[in-house]
Amino acid sequence: MKTQPDPRRNYRQTLEDIGYVTLKEARQADYDRIGFMSGLEVHQQLKTREKLFCRCPAARYQKDDEYDAEVIRHMRPTLSELGEYDGTALMEFKTRKEIIYRIKNETTCTYEVDDTPPFPLNREALDIAIEISLLKKLNIVGEVHITRKQYLDGSIPTGFQRTAIIGVEGEIELPHKKIRLIQLSIEEDSCREISDVGHTRVYKTDRLGMPLIETVTYPDMVNPQEVAQACQFIRFLNRSTGKVLTGMGAARQDVNVSCRGGTRVEIKGVSKISYIPELTHNECYRQWALLNIKDILLKRIKKPDLWQVSSKSLEPDSLDLKPRFAKQIRENGWQIYGVSLPKFQGILSHFTQPGQVFANEISDRLKVIACIEKPNMDHSESLKPVLGAAQWSVVRKQLGARHDDALLICWGPEEDMPTAMETIEERCRMALEGVPNETRKALTDGTTLFERVLPGADRMYPDTDSAPIPLKNEDIEILRQRIPAVTIGAWKQMQQWGIPEDTYEYILKNNLFPLLKTLVEDLKEKPVFAGTLLGHKLKHVEGQVTPSAEFRYEQIADLVKMIRAKKLEMGIIDRLLPLVYQHPKMDFESLLISMRYKPVSREEIQEDIPFLIQKFAAIKNKNGKEALTRWLMGQLRGKALGNLSMKELRTLTDDAIKQENKRKKTT
Amino acid sequence: MAEDYFQGYKNKALEVLKKFNVRVWGNCVVETSRGKFTGTVLPRAENDDDKHIVLKIDTGYNVGIAVDTILSMKETSYKKANYKIPEKEFPYTQGLPKVKLIGTGGTIASRLDYRTGAVIPAFSPGELYGAVPELAEVCNLTTEKVFAVFSENMGPEQYKQLAVAIGKEIENGVQGIVIGHGTDTLHHTAAALTFMIQNPPVPIVLVGSQRSSDRPSSDAAMNLIHACYTAGHSDIAEVMVCMFGPTSDEYGLLHRGTRVRKMHSSYRSTFRTIGDTPLARVTRNGITPIKKEYNHRRVDNKVTILPYFDEKVAIVYYYPNMQPDIIDSLVDNGYKGIVIAGTGLGHVNIPLYPALRRACEKGVAVYMTVQTLWGYVHMFVYETGRELMALGVVPAENMLPEVAYIKLGWVLGQTQDPEEVKRLMLTPINDDITRREPYNGYLIYQGGLPEVEEFIKKFRK
Repeated sequence: MKTQPDPRRNYRQTLEDIGYVTLKEARQADYDRIGFMSGLEVHQQLKTREKLFCRCPAARYQKDDEYDAEVIRHMRPTLSELGEYDGTALMEFKTRKEIIYRIKNETTCTYEVDDTPPFPLNREALDIAIEISLLKKLNIVGEVHITRKQYLDGSIPTGFQRTAIIGVEGEIELPHKKIRLIQLSIEEDSCREISDVGHTRVYKTDRLGMPLIETVTYPDMVNPQEVAQACQFIRFLNRSTGKVLTGMGAARQDVNVSCRGGTRVEIKGVSKISYIPELTHNECYRQWALLNIKDILLKRIKKPDLWQVSSKSLEPDSLDLKPRFAKQIRENGWQIYGVSLPKFQGILSHFTQPGQVFANEISDRLKVIACIEKPNMDHSESLKPVLGAAQWSVVRKQLGARHDDALLICWGPEEDMPTAMETIEERCRMALEGVPNETRKALTDGTTLFERVLPGADRMYPDTDSAPIPLKNEDIEILRQRIPAVTIGAWKQMQQWGIPEDTYEYILKNNLFPLLKTLVEDLKEKPVFAGTLLGHKLKHVEGQVTPSAEFRYEQIADLVKMIRAKKLEMGIIDRLLPLVYQHPKMDFESLLISMRYKPVSREEIQEDIPFLIQKFAAIKNKNGKEALTRWLMGQLRGKALGNLSMKELRTLTDDAIKQENKRKKTT
Repeated sequence: MAEDYFQGYKNKALEVLKKFNVRVWGNCVVETSRGKFTGTVLPRAENDDDKHIVLKIDTGYNVGIAVDTILSMKETSYKKANYKIPEKEFPYTQGLPKVKLIGTGGTIASRLDYRTGAVIPAFSPGELYGAVPELAEVCNLTTEKVFAVFSENMGPEQYKQLAVAIGKEIENGVQGIVIGHGTDTLHHTAAALTFMIQNPPVPIVLVGSQRSSDRPSSDAAMNLIHACYTAGHSDIAEVMVCMFGPTSDEYGLLHRGTRVRKMHSSYRSTFRTIGDTPLARVTRNGITPIKKEYNHRRVDNKVTILPYFDEKVAIVYYYPNMQPDIIDSLVDNGYKGIVIAGTGLGHVNIPLYPALRRACEKGVAVYMTVQTLWGYVHMFVYETGRELMALGVVPAENMLPEVAYIKLGWVLGQTQDPEEVKRLMLTPINDDITRREPYNGYLIYQGGLPEVEEFIKKFRK
């Protein structure tokens, strides 16, 4: 008998064969070789008072077990506009899922559970969406048409998402290149999943119906870092309006990836931008691996159309299973099916993603399509086999399989077995064709798993419950006035000035760039000082202090001018800013009084130092120049503020310490 | 007729399409003052304005382009969409009951219309099988479209046609009837058929859907399966309405045709039995009776069809300060019957008395029902009621206003003799009037009460 290949060795070998390198090692040449291509769909929740199509309050969330009622639904595929069932639709129907919605009265009305038609589109949300579309240089449509986009996974109780295009064909500018945008749409957010086990999926409806915008780019990105960068900039543009939500789950992205000869695969629900490089890197290589599998198989299988699996129900007793596994099978009343995959030897253990092999692709689909929880299968090339070599010989014999056939067993409820067999055959057939169209779920380790078949454009149809909304030129012009000065110009200028990046968002969101320019260009303040004054100090103050009257950001420029006019040292602004913010109407003199400012000359401060050095020697047990300096600075800071810069104060103390030391030596 | 290349477009929009030589279903590039758009021109809904052109862009979305922003349009290709829906022949299974599905229009059998942007009744029953293959496991179904009208356009002519058609089917030995119907006036038709088809040997089930069948979450499929199961297998040989029990996809309820009413504008579980319990609960696996008494299925083909209706009947929904001229105008326009939905136990204000006296004296049949829907008319309790009866107004017990309207039309279609009218009106055909009201016939739980909330949470809505 011929021996079977060692799965571990095969995994390593195939990894090398396709030329996989890690994200760290990869260079642009690697991505060019495999034809890395990626585009983004960036979702962003809007900051509105109410949801998009009903009057429920927006952004209120409930815990998983916090609900007033449950509703059960099932989703059926429907005929699309062109008279055909959509691929995803059929797959979802095969799964025969029972969907349970947990609803809380506070966050959910009869609209969310599809018991009442939509109310007119939330105008507040529409205006924000238009504003952001203008920011991204999109062509604004003349009339907004609400469209239904089918989702049969149950994440939306109607079975479709109401969505509408606001603009098409725009662009964003990264520091080194332009990324073209396909479109921006406004849509209702979906339910949050609580669990998905077997044939039951549970959702909560709190997030459902939240207004969301989706920005879709062309696949213009050619390496993983570029994808992350583009995503960062889109997110930043969205936030720069100050009219979107931030925080956990408020911004999410789907990333489309393909390699040369591969297929557009959508990685869904990437919650953090920092995950993007690893995910896109691995997905591109996964596709490259699947193409290698295709090449291997097509060399072996001359007539792919005639290729088919053979499967058979196996008697558990005939397999000499481990007692615990045998007991599990018996107690659940499960069946075991054996499947032989002709000429698939070495394929099941072929590398696909770090730590994963082709067999994982099958197992993932068994979970999603046939609803069989994992572990749901074992195979003859498993890295962690359930059956031993002798047992596989038995299976091989029972199935009448040849030595170059790969073997697989699958177990689960009897009623799910027909779908399971179809699923296995279907996925293996796809291996002969290359990369299947699918959406994949992002995992935190940078790999992905099968989520569903990628839906096409034919799942879209008009929403008969809503009338089109015309967008008049004059309304758009009013919105255009509102958009912040968030140009790539502002971004580049701040970078050139060397202002720390963590200040940009705050500055642009609050439209502070003009003020920043005034500070730097007109008042000649140092850019880093001006940038952090706004992006760090003002932001901090705003979070801590409540103004007693309306505070205008322009007052900061006035403040700087007053400090200059009074010939005070600029460091005093640290103390003055919170005061001005809290009491915008107080005059400058009163501000100085309230912070107990006294004009003190350089000499007066200098005179204090020798005395303080003596005192330090008396009260402090810590020695060393640094400790002394720190203490001296602390003692004198209050007095110096507004009179002397901290740098100057430091020079004074340093000098004084030197002199003191000299004096000690001479005595 | 020449092909319409500009479906739904008119005036300015039509001029622009013609000017640039672009047709509906043509793929085109549009240059506008707001930028470039590419996509397929779609038909325009007829009620929408003439200022926009609808494009389906590559990503599948529809967008509207304002005509006055268009600088140029260029058709690059043309492909007409074909809306053929797959139609399959219904398979025959030995041993399953023979059920007839009668189509009348409405949302149980519908698809999208791109001209009006609305849901229209156009799904043939054969196509319907294509969408709900489970039906083949329930019965052997044959179908017939008697007519296609929206629920709100159903009327006496349709009731009569339906009754006659059903009579013929019963004589031909069908084992159950399902009627697909829009939901808005489903209960009116149910009442009419109860009166017009008396003593049927088989179940006659009216069914509709609250979410059209073009939606994945539609209740149409489940309602249809329940209705076909009921028609083929149920022992209850009555006219019934079969619709969702709760809003969840759990079970259907069978409501007696004379006691059912649509009670919510949009809920799936909108149909409720008023003043009594429903007949039974139905799933695709069986029927669980709730009421003990009902008319049982028979093997004969005997049925009495009474397709009569006088259209000169009206319902008057009383409100405070109603003016007598409302009644007068009905009488002057030749109405022969008036059903009043009165306040409380069956009252109207004094200024109406002379008009009502005049109506009764002119031989108009005036019947009192209650707008509270639940409960009986009790005209002996207050002076008002006694005075009204003295005028000739007849209390219609606990007949629902809509049912009383249908019944009065049906009765007046047969006789004008006031005594005979009264005898027929007050003799229940099938619980249109019940002799007693069970304690659980009126249940409107109020949310917010701890015990109600507990019930809702425990037993899904």
